[in-house]
Amino acid sequence: MTDQNKPLLEDVKTSVIRKPTLNLKQIAFDNIVTIIFVVICFFGLILAKQPAAFVMNELVLRIARNSFLVLSLIIPVLAGMGLNFGIVIGAMAGQIALIAVTHWQITGMKGFLLAALISVPFALLFGWLTGKILNKTKGQEMITSMILGFFAMGLYQFLFLFLIGTLIPMDNPVLVLSGGVGIKNTIDLKDGILYALDGIYKTRFFPALAGFSVITAVFSLFKVFRVRKDEIERVRLPKYLMYTVLSLTGIVFSVVVLNSKSLVAMIKFPVATIFSILMLCAFNLFIVRTKLGQDFRTVGQDMHVAKVSGINVDRVRIISIMISTVLAAWGQLIFLQNIGTLNTYGSHEQVGMFAVASILIGGASVNKATIGQAILGTTLFHLMFIISPFAGKNLFGNAQIGEYFRVFVAYGVIGLSLGLHAWKTQIQAKRKQLGEE
Amino acid sequence: MSEPYVLSMQDIQKDYFGNKVLKGVTINARAGEVHALLGENGAGKSTLMNILFGMPVIHSTGGYGGKIMIDGKEVQIKSPKDAMEHGIGMVHQEFMLIPGFTVTENIKLNREILKSNVVSALFGKSMKTLDRKAMNADARQAIDTLGVDINERQGVSGMPVGYMQFIEIAREIDKKNVRLLVFDEPTAVLTESEADTLLAAMRRICEAGIAILFITHRLEEVMAIARDITILRDGEQVAALEAAHTNVMEIAAMMVGREIEAMHSENRDVTKTPEILMEIKDFKVQMPGEQVKGVSLEVHKGEILGLGGLAGQGKIGIANGIMGLYPSTGTVLFKGEALPSSQPEVILKKGIAFVSEDRRGVGLLLDSSIEDNIVISSMHIHKRYIKKYGPVTQKNTGEIRDHANRMIKDLDIRCTGPEQPSRRLSGGNQQKVCIARALTLNPEILFVSEPTRGIDIGAKKLVLDTLIKLNRDHGMTIVMTSSELAELRSICDRIAIVTEGKIEGVLAPNDSDANFGLMMSGDYGKVIEKGEAIR
Repeated sequence: MTDQNKPLLEDVKTSVIRKPTLNLKQIAFDNIVTIIFVVICFFGLILAKQPAAFVMNELVLRIARNSFLVLSLIIPVLAGMGLNFGIVIGAMAGQIALIAVTHWQITGMKGFLLAALISVPFALLFGWLTGKILNKTKGQEMITSMILGFFAMGLYQFLFLFLIGTLIPMDNPVLVLSGGVGIKNTIDLKDGILYALDGIYKTRFFPALAGFSVITAVFSLFKVFRVRKDEIERVRLPKYLMYTVLSLTGIVFSVVVLNSKSLVAMIKFPVATIFSILMLCAFNLFIVRTKLGQDFRTVGQDMHVAKVSGINVDRVRIISIMISTVLAAWGQLIFLQNIGTLNTYGSHEQVGMFAVASILIGGASVNKATIGQAILGTTLFHLMFIISPFAGKNLFGNAQIGEYFRVFVAYGVIGLSLGLHAWKTQIQAKRKQLGEE
Repeated sequence: MSEPYVLSMQDIQKDYFGNKVLKGVTINARAGEVHALLGENGAGKSTLMNILFGMPVIHSTGGYGGKIMIDGKEVQIKSPKDAMEHGIGMVHQEFMLIPGFTVTENIKLNREILKSNVVSALFGKSMKTLDRKAMNADARQAIDTLGVDINERQGVSGMPVGYMQFIEIAREIDKKNVRLLVFDEPTAVLTESEADTLLAAMRRICEAGIAILFITHRLEEVMAIARDITILRDGEQVAALEAAHTNVMEIAAMMVGREIEAMHSENRDVTKTPEILMEIKDFKVQMPGEQVKGVSLEVHKGEILGLGGLAGQGKIGIANGIMGLYPSTGTVLFKGEALPSSQPEVILKKGIAFVSEDRRGVGLLLDSSIEDNIVISSMHIHKRYIKKYGPVTQKNTGEIRDHANRMIKDLDIRCTGPEQPSRRLSGGNQQKVCIARALTLNPEILFVSEPTRGIDIGAKKLVLDTLIKLNRDHGMTIVMTSSELAELRSICDRIAIVTEGKIEGVLAPNDSDANFGLMMSGDYGKVIEKGEAIR
């Protein structure tokens, strides 16, 4: 009965409340994928020998283009369903709406908003179906959603290659193939929704970054002082300290760039697009604080306990996938209005893979993903995308090798992070077992 | 009924497919009092609780007989939700807590206090935000009622099990309409001081007018806190007592007492010249649910040693640990030689064989034939029944068939032939195939875990007879683990009772019921200390 191994009630009071500690080894272990990527990007930048203004400009553009899609992955992770490769299906919903809008020749902002609206019922339906199937394959959500994406691709091709012009009448020589059946492979959006969102208002990036950094610096400093006094909340201290340091760096960096009179200072960014991304971040933060968000977290942590306490687990999981699918549809619209051409049978293909790779590079895992990780991951992944052809050319005399390298890395990163995640879980289980002994 | 009972279960009966598991049990629980429910494993305690909570398993098997009354009114409890609405709460044995959440979030799980906002006005209730301040205050109040010092905003992961138990209880008493709480073995995972705190907390809960149904096997605790005691044995209500008018010894005897059918006339006196075959010292095994926490035991050559005790106390972990199926520490000397830990292959080669309690999971390759099942271990361990063609090996089918036929005859395995898949056999015959495989290894010592679990009475006797025959005729040393005390007492020479991961004591099969009962509840040592004579 006197079990020496278990801490007694009296001893526990001090031991449970952990002081925030900085264990560098542990931090490195937890973020190994991100660290590897920072190193790759660093050497890539040196090898690419591209002007800073070019790289920065491309980077801002690509972050604006892709972040929304990556952010749409967060809610299913919260609900314990892993990384939703099924956002491919959401992207298809977006493209269906886009083709309709292009056919009706509704252009600009009006067209974009209408497409966003039309995509919602499609995405909700697809998300509901996806969720239904994922509920039947609990524990294998990721592979199921990936295969579902491939399957949906078949249906999508059936719709646009065969049904258009036969069952669905569409008399539009611009969109439809010369035979009268099927949609053309590429659709030019130049006279459609190109830059519908991006083009609303553009302003210089660095003054805006400076302003944003000032706001976050004030906020995180405020948090640091509030959290410092509370014995429980103190575990969050390193996080807020990091935010403070980052935002201060942001201020300094912006000021230096703005005073340097280099071309970098003149970089512009699409305000409306970035604003919509910020709105999505706000939405994610909001949903976590709601009853629905609490249900997501409960289901994500332990389905059994959630069920016992009366939560309708299946319903919560379906809602999370539906939200993710709708967001992915919108994300794809944002992506396409920037790209300017719709590759009818290809644009959606790698959406899931690249978004998942991005968020994993940011340090997310199958059961934890944050906004910060999504943004950081998108930045690093696309930085690599920009520089790798140049690095390949300078290194091997062939840009193609760089192209090859970046696809290789995208898949490699997914494999590596999933492998590392499985390994970590194993180690934790072992430690737990030994700890009990 | 002069006194209104909070809960009154009257003449409850239940059968599963004609097999009566509850034969008219009556329980009356008073407000503000602790009512203890005692019984061995399989006595019907969990079935009774399943009825009280309207578990689907009860209603999908034809319901139950008898009446359940709450506050004097008869009620129908058809689902766990009904039970909750009637104010019945359960403190689970396994924790229903979410480690990533704070204490408050766990206490208020799915009963969060919500605040309205702009979005929720448009999209409904699920968009309301959590009112953390109010939730923390509620949680604080529930924890204070228990009288423990836990910060409600702290995360649950990393907390000791004792705390988790209290959080679980706090969740139940935070439900405003709760009138009856069921505590299912709450002290099983607690240290002694934690258990004391828990008992104090139970008294506080009672003071608030809540009735408690206390399921436990620790008799000391029952005596300390309960007012009424109900004892079940084999689905029958053996006694309904008041704690004030009884003692630990009486209760212990009532829990265990039953007719023992002696299967062999005399227990040989192996204590005279015991040659020690295996010596276990300070042995600890990490087997989930059956943790062994430091066992020292000697196995004598040529005996049948029984390992008894209640489920979850660690008796099953001993054999599994020795065979290397679960991580273990401590020393095991076999014929003076130390055995390695976690290397089943080496241990099998030393002449130690094991018949697992998990017959269908670990024990058998269900879709393979009987003969393959019998020889597979031997083929791997001793490289027998194998023909060699240079680097290539093939099964020696002729030799295997001969051996299998011999085993089928010796052990009387009822089957259509050695080629029959083992899945189609009855439980008793499957068990014999497992034993046949162990015998094919020619072991010097045989560990058998729960050999009669889930098989009918006739087959039970055959399996036990087989074990006796192996022991008597071939001089094989057998260590048998079983939850059925009567079975151990009928064939073993000595019986070690395992309680809370340790050997509580070693008894002879003909020792008194009270001694067995006390040992199984872990109260034996305490009673001895107090100097109450037993024999």
